[in-house]
Amino acid sequence: MSNPVKEKKSILRSDGFQSLLASLICIVLGLLIGFIVLLFINPSGAAGAIGAVIKNFMNYSRASLQLKNLGNTLVKTAPLLMCSLSVLFCYKVGLFNIGAAGQYVVGACISIYAALGLGLPWWLCLILAIVVGAVYGAIVGVLKAYCNVNEVISGIMLNWIGLYTTNMILTSVKESTSPYTLHLRDYAPASVLPGVGLGGLFAGNEYVSIAIPLAILIAIAIKVILDKTRFGYELKATGFNKNAAKYAGMAERRNVIVTLAIGGALAACGGAFLYLTDYELWEVTTSAVPGMGFNGIAAAFLGGLNPVGTIFSSYFIQHITSGGAYVDKNLYSSQISDLISAIIIYLCGFVGFMKLTMKKMSASKAAKEVAAVNANAEPAAKSEDTPDQAAAKTEKGGNE
Amino acid sequence: MLLLLQYTLIFSSVLMLVALGGCYSEHSGVINLGLEGIMVIGALGGALVMRFLPASTPGSLMVLLTLCGAVLFGVLYSALLAVACINYKADQTIVGTALNILGTALATVLVKAINMKLSGGDDVSSTIQYVSAKQNFVAYFGSFQFNWFMVIAIIALVVAYVVLYKTRFGLRMMACGEHPQAAASVGINVYKMRWSGVLISGIFGSLGGIAYILAGVSEWKFENGVAGFGFLALAVMIFGQWKPARIALAALLFGLFRALSNVYIGIDFLANLNIPSTVYNMFPYIISLIVLALTSKNSKAPKAEGIPYDPGQR
Repeated sequence: MSNPVKEKKSILRSDGFQSLLASLICIVLGLLIGFIVLLFINPSGAAGAIGAVIKNFMNYSRASLQLKNLGNTLVKTAPLLMCSLSVLFCYKVGLFNIGAAGQYVVGACISIYAALGLGLPWWLCLILAIVVGAVYGAIVGVLKAYCNVNEVISGIMLNWIGLYTTNMILTSVKESTSPYTLHLRDYAPASVLPGVGLGGLFAGNEYVSIAIPLAILIAIAIKVILDKTRFGYELKATGFNKNAAKYAGMAERRNVIVTLAIGGALAACGGAFLYLTDYELWEVTTSAVPGMGFNGIAAAFLGGLNPVGTIFSSYFIQHITSGGAYVDKNLYSSQISDLISAIIIYLCGFVGFMKLTMKKMSASKAAKEVAAVNANAEPAAKSEDTPDQAAAKTEKGGNE
Repeated sequence: MLLLLQYTLIFSSVLMLVALGGCYSEHSGVINLGLEGIMVIGALGGALVMRFLPASTPGSLMVLLTLCGAVLFGVLYSALLAVACINYKADQTIVGTALNILGTALATVLVKAINMKLSGGDDVSSTIQYVSAKQNFVAYFGSFQFNWFMVIAIIALVVAYVVLYKTRFGLRMMACGEHPQAAASVGINVYKMRWSGVLISGIFGSLGGIAYILAGVSEWKFENGVAGFGFLALAVMIFGQWKPARIALAALLFGLFRALSNVYIGIDFLANLNIPSTVYNMFPYIISLIVLALTSKNSKAPKAEGIPYDPGQR
């Protein structure tokens, strides 16, 4: 089967290309359905609103303001990327870490408290948040490994426990007259993540910090760990088939716990990445788990469960989430972008179906071309494959 | 104490309704993690009916229409789960999670849009009020506030028991959750059964949703969703080992802990302990974690739940 027909098709039929195409379909459909909802609410402003969501920082006309707001979007992309890496890493091991939302909250809590309550420098705040986040994630892992508790349900329970505990702890470092925590810049300047001059690239945006390049580096590190190390291979093997991994001598329980601890560390690091920039303050009356962890799920699946793809999908999700702030508030609410992200997650459920369809389409196309080649060639016994068999083979190959 | 009983019963009713809904879906083979979202959308349907029906509507008609509104919304919404997971073999965890996030986002966007339109732009909240309509759902015996959803929950319990264990439909549905290929081999339409399971869970999930927002308050802020109650119901279902009678008992236990956070101030003994209110808020979640840790080991979950049906598999 080393005919030129197959060579030519290789890009179209590669798994990466199909993932990308499927993600783009999800985005386009998600925006389209969001647009239809807007039309339903108020037909006259719908086009403008969806445009505002897509334009985000481009809604400003001055270049410096655009840059500054691009910086703000990136400041929030870093934590989102961490949350989506948390979800992705666990999903590769067959675990659905919906608890990322709570682990993110715990990371925020610990980093803020370490800064304002204990007055620690930024790197210690960060490490402390990561360690506590890992422990918090490991709770889910232990419950899963030793008590067979579904990680989704325990994750949700821990999300709420984490939220209430955070509100309780951070009450001690809040402003006396408002429900918000104190500004790090005023009360704990040593705890603010260093900008190392990155802010200068974004028209002097003081919130742009090392969190952004760090998050990207961590994404690449995750990619390397999953694809190139024995450790990553073992974890993935556990995810594919727990019993086979156990049979092959892998400690499958330990792997589950370690995975969720890493997931917890990643998400908590995300929380610290946002709140140590002082861009946002925690509100101690928060009554719902922040959407960052849930958006992380959207970004992980939209990125085709590839850490590098996730960098781009996280930016996209944050781009439209920030863009939601620019819709005409007299007609719509900013939650329209949450709605679009939710629709995108829903559509991501269909990615398997889309890829299967693409494979079938390209396989039947390949089969036709093989048939054409065979018909043109001498009717000799050179090719043992009938077109049907060839199609079956290529389909099988594509599934691997 | 009477207040504690009242809140325990109403929260137990909510949990029982939703957990029984989840029970149908899981017995047919589909994990319905979207119950939380279904509750929100069901609550939205009911709240909209209460908001827009004229106050002069007779009480019983109001109750009936509110329930119909909730069920209609909930069933339509659960169809989103059914079509993705049954027909397109989507990952049930992803789709369920998507429905939860979508439920709150959609309800917030719609309620805000309605409020903005009706108030000419002054009211941008995501709150719906139903102070007078709520009175139709409650009756007073002395100081005890009786809520009709308590009766509905008991009816749902009896119905669930009879349907699942005593009817051909229920037994066939459960077969699809245990071994769908075997069920198909004797002529049962697995797709139809799973669709029924999910849609029935939509009915009960939405009833639970409207019951929840009518439980203690007379207005609801849809931005908050239902605060993890759908997941508490799933914990109740697991604790109840997917069996209606045990689910009822589990619901009572969880309902008690949920009720404590509403009424502990009125109980001298608890108020004297000076425990912050957030601890009481956390209670149901902590209890459910402990309970799950103790009971999940010997899980009696339907064997084929969570696995998309593939007729070619044996």
